[in-house]
Amino acid sequence: MAYGKKVLDHYEHPRNVGSLDKDDAQVGTGMVGAPACGDVMKLQIKVSNEGVIEDAKFKTYGCGSAIASSSLLTEWVRGKTLAEAGEIRNTDIAEELALPPVKIHCSVLAEDAIRAAIEDYEGKQAREADAPDEAQLAEAV
Amino acid sequence: MSELNLPIYLDYSATTPVDPRVADKMRQYLTPDGEFGNPASRSHSFGWHAEEAVDEARKQVAELIGADPREVIWTSGGTESDNLAIKGAAHFYQKKGKHIVTVKTEHKAVLDTCRQLEREGFEVTYLAPQANGLLDLKELEASLRDDTVVVSVMLVNNEIGVVQDIGAIGKMTRERGIILHVDAAQGAGKIPIDVHEMQVDLMTLSAHKIYGPKGIGALYICRKPRVRLEAQIHGGGHERGLRSGTLPTHQIVGMGEAFRLAREELTEESARIRALRDRLWNGLNQMEEVYLNGDLEQRVPGNLNVSFNFVEGESLIMALKDIAVSSGSACTSASLEPSYVLRALGRNDELAHSSLRFTIGRFTTEEEIDYTISLIEQAVQRLRDLSPLWEMYQEGVDLDSVQWAVH
Repeated sequence: MAYGKKVLDHYEHPRNVGSLDKDDAQVGTGMVGAPACGDVMKLQIKVSNEGVIEDAKFKTYGCGSAIASSSLLTEWVRGKTLAEAGEIRNTDIAEELALPPVKIHCSVLAEDAIRAAIEDYEGKQAREADAPDEAQLAEAV
Repeated sequence: MSELNLPIYLDYSATTPVDPRVADKMRQYLTPDGEFGNPASRSHSFGWHAEEAVDEARKQVAELIGADPREVIWTSGGTESDNLAIKGAAHFYQKKGKHIVTVKTEHKAVLDTCRQLEREGFEVTYLAPQANGLLDLKELEASLRDDTVVVSVMLVNNEIGVVQDIGAIGKMTRERGIILHVDAAQGAGKIPIDVHEMQVDLMTLSAHKIYGPKGIGALYICRKPRVRLEAQIHGGGHERGLRSGTLPTHQIVGMGEAFRLAREELTEESARIRALRDRLWNGLNQMEEVYLNGDLEQRVPGNLNVSFNFVEGESLIMALKDIAVSSGSACTSASLEPSYVLRALGRNDELAHSSLRFTIGRFTTEEEIDYTISLIEQAVQRLRDLSPLWEMYQEGVDLDSVQWAVH
C-alpha cells in the first residue's frame, strides 16, 4: 500500500513518543483498541490547573496510519483546553493525513483515545475533589 | 564484501525471477528467426519444431516429479491446475459420491474451488492442522467416508512452508480408491518428489515459483491407476481434450528448462538455501519474544515465518523498505484480517498480526541475510519502543488479562 507523505513523515519521525506518570492527578490516560484487532493506542495528556493540555505523549501498536494518527493528535492537543481537544474529530485527522478509506478506523481510534484520556483526567479530578486533600489529612494526624 | 543491491528480495514464495538461462531459452521461441510455430500445426516444420520443443519440456517437467511425460498436461498456472484437478475429478466421479476432504490452510485456489463445489451440492470437510501446521493423519483417516471422492492436500504450505506427509496420505487414499490431489506449487524443485512412490493421483505444478515464467503451469494426471477428469475449458481439444487452447510454446519451454535446472541443482541448492535460512533464524532468534510459525524440521529449506510479538506486521513492513517480504497480516490487502493460515494453527491474533514471511531463493546471498537481520533488529526495537503492549509486557502486565475494547 502506498502511504501519503504526511503519514510517512509521522511514521518515520513520530512526535511525542513516550509515557507520563499515569498515577499523577494531572495526567489523563486513554488506552483504546485491542491487540486482536491489530491496533492499540495509548494517549496521555498532562493538564495544567488552568485546564490547558501542556503535554501529550503516545504509544501505539498498529499500522503506519495508526501511528501517524496518534502522533498527529499529540501535536494538535498540546496547548488546547480540554474542551477544545474534545472537539477534534476523526475526519479532521483523516483529512490532514489523507488516509485512504481502509485506514479511516485509525483516525476513529485516535478520536476515541483523546476522549478516553479526557474522561480519565476528569474522573481523577472529580475523585480528587471528593477526597480530603493531603494538607487536611496531615492536620488530622 | 560484495555490494548490496537494495531492496533485497526475500519473497521467493510469492514469485521468483526467471533464471537468465531460462529466459535465453524462451527467447528462441518467439521471434521470426526462432521457433514461433503453433505446436498444433501438423502440416509444416514450424509446427513440428514447436511440438518437439513442447514434448521435450513435458519430459523435463515429468522427470522432476518422477512421472511419465504422458501424465503431464499444460495449464495457465497453479490456480487453473487446482481448479481442473478438483472440479474435474469431483464432476467426473460424482456418481460415486459427493464428499471432498481438504485442509483449512490450503491455498485459496483450492479452498475457493471447494466452496464452488459446495454451492453445486458437494459436501466438503475442512480439516484443521495441528499447531505446527501439519495434518493429523488419524484425523484425516477418520474423515474419509464411503462417498469421499477427492482429497486435496498441499505438499508445501505457501505461508509457513511446512511439508505434509503426502506418502502416508497417498497410501490411505489409494487403498480406498479415493482421488488424491496435491498442490505442489510451493514444493516442486525444493524437495524431492516421486508421484508414484507417494501414490498421488493429481498434482498441481507452477513454473514461476521455481525460476520459470508466470502464466504457465501443469497438472500431473496419474495413468496407473487411470484418473479421469471432466474438462473445464473447451475448444480445439488440445491436451487430449482436457485443456483446450493453443499451447504457449515459449512459456512451456521456459517451464521445462526451469524444471530441468531445478532437478539438476536441487540437492546443492537446497543445502545452500537451508544454511541461509538457518542463519536468518539464528540471527532473529537472538531477540526476545520472537516466535517461529510452523514446524522447523518438516519444512522447505527457503521458508521462515516469524512473529515478532508486540509489533504490528504492517508497520514493520513499512520500516523495512529495503527488504521485500510479506506480512501474515492481510491489512495491506484491505481486509484487515490476520492470516487465516496462522489462525488455523491456533496462533492468537496478536502473533498472527505480528508475523513476517521470509522466503529465500536462488539469488539470495549471505550478505543480504546479515543485512536483513540488522535491519529487522533495528525496526523491531524502534517499533517496540513505540508499542504500549511492549511497555505493558516489560512492566509484567499479563496482556490476556486486560479487558480490551474490541472494535
